[in-house]
Amino acid sequence: MIDAKNITFTYDEEEPKKYVLKGLDLHIKRGSFVAVLGHNGSGKSTLAKTFNGILLPSGGTVYVAGMDTKDETKIFDIRSTAGMVFQNPDNQMVAAIVEDEVAFAPENLGVEPSEIRRRVDECLETVNMSEFAKSSPSRLSGGQKQRIAIAAVLAMEPECIILDEPTAMLDPKGRSEVIKTIKELNKSRNMTVVLITHFMEEAAIADRVVVMNHGRIEMDDTPSKIFSQVEKIKELGLDVPQVTELVFELKKQGIDLPSDIITIEECHRAILEKLKKGTKND
Amino acid sequence: MFKDITIGQYVDGNSVIHRMDARVKILLSILYIILLFVIDSIALYAVFGVFTAFLVIISRVPFKYIIKGLKPMLYILIFTAVINLFVTGGETVLWQSSLWKGLKITKEGLTIAVQMVLRLVFLVIGTSLLTLTTTPIMLTDGIEKLLKPLDAVKVPSHEIAMMMTIAIRFIPTLSEETEKIIKAQKARGADFESGNIIKRTKAMVPILVPLFISAFKRADDLAIAMDSRCYNSGKKRTRMKQMKMTWIDAAASGVMIAFSVFVIIIQRF
Repeated sequence: MIDAKNITFTYDEEEPKKYVLKGLDLHIKRGSFVAVLGHNGSGKSTLAKTFNGILLPSGGTVYVAGMDTKDETKIFDIRSTAGMVFQNPDNQMVAAIVEDEVAFAPENLGVEPSEIRRRVDECLETVNMSEFAKSSPSRLSGGQKQRIAIAAVLAMEPECIILDEPTAMLDPKGRSEVIKTIKELNKSRNMTVVLITHFMEEAAIADRVVVMNHGRIEMDDTPSKIFSQVEKIKELGLDVPQVTELVFELKKQGIDLPSDIITIEECHRAILEKLKKGTKND
Repeated sequence: MFKDITIGQYVDGNSVIHRMDARVKILLSILYIILLFVIDSIALYAVFGVFTAFLVIISRVPFKYIIKGLKPMLYILIFTAVINLFVTGGETVLWQSSLWKGLKITKEGLTIAVQMVLRLVFLVIGTSLLTLTTTPIMLTDGIEKLLKPLDAVKVPSHEIAMMMTIAIRFIPTLSEETEKIIKAQKARGADFESGNIIKRTKAMVPILVPLFISAFKRADDLAIAMDSRCYNSGKKRTRMKQMKMTWIDAAASGVMIAFSVFVIIIQRF
């Protein structure tokens, strides 16, 4: 789906030391759910922006569905294939009415009016916001606005959706709404999802986690394998999900638990089993 | 306090006037204004008054909104009346000051003063009827469509409409932000309420500076978000909502044109 080949990026060509991306390769498979983690300034947002041609890599090439992002004649195909949702829900809305906002992208692409109508209704349905079609975005909560932003991208019928810290400015309730929507898209519509985040709990639901550090990919594996390396994650200035932390601490105390636990349910089950066994032994 | 500001002053409704096409409404409003400047006899003003009252009644906009539109005009109306009343020269003197011979009211002055006031009143009522029955979005769409033919002479009709749409969209966002900044500055001891006008104006600087900085940041983000959704300033762009003219528009245009012809004929003879 997305293929980044040895890409480098700098905002300032004259200052080669300031490279934000220092030569990384990443291949994202169709239908996968990839979370990109990294502390502030690790280059994860910059990387995301190279995926739809908003930023062009200083060196190397990014291919989106086989199209080179440097190819200006294909830029609209690239951007409608890889849709992008941003952090601030207020700053990415163009229209003063929800349905007009969702219609914006297909209008830009020159889609037939009746087809736009169909897409708008369908996309609002997908993110569960149909009842707000006629309202003004300024009256919605952060989570609702972000779901509208997702619908607005879906209206281009992309094959891949890139989300650049979509939950960073939301409250916990809005956060779970948005994450649920994203997960649903990946599972039921087989949409390729790239989720840039710094919430470990969000990364834990992905199929694959890529950890970035100083413009390079530091780790790249399944969430359970990544988060079991608690010490290394902490070294990179990141946290592990609370559950993983708990398991890690328990193991340090000599309690033998599997190290690939990342969800609350798994942890619950493992501890319960341990406790049962423990009482039998006594 | 800022959250409920509505730009324009749209009053929701489903009257015949509400259902008219925005383009037709704008054009007919322009015709209404032109007519207003064509007529100059008191009798025609009376006819005009009846016609305007008819429009207000069928629009079903509560009368208080019409009055609200006129309120800010009060001083201008008084000023216009007074100036016209005393400055216009004429033959038939109705009243003359005993102290200074130059201060007098003539019949002609009185007529012009009344006409000017009525003209302004109708002007405000007519144009507010347009904004009271049309949402800002419909207005901008209408303006875009009407300006479209001017593309030939390089008037960026789509860009103008896009700017207006974005401005409308960001009014609630920026007013919320202003409110937040005011609170933040107050919490640090800023004083916006006391002192003379210069002092109070100066106190606005710490509000405006952060507001501008954040507005630029927002503009930057918005531009990237628009780029990401393939925005290409109007080239090959389609619209989801197509404007459609119905029998209402035809009927309204008919009524307005008949009325204009009637007024102009009477005016001529």
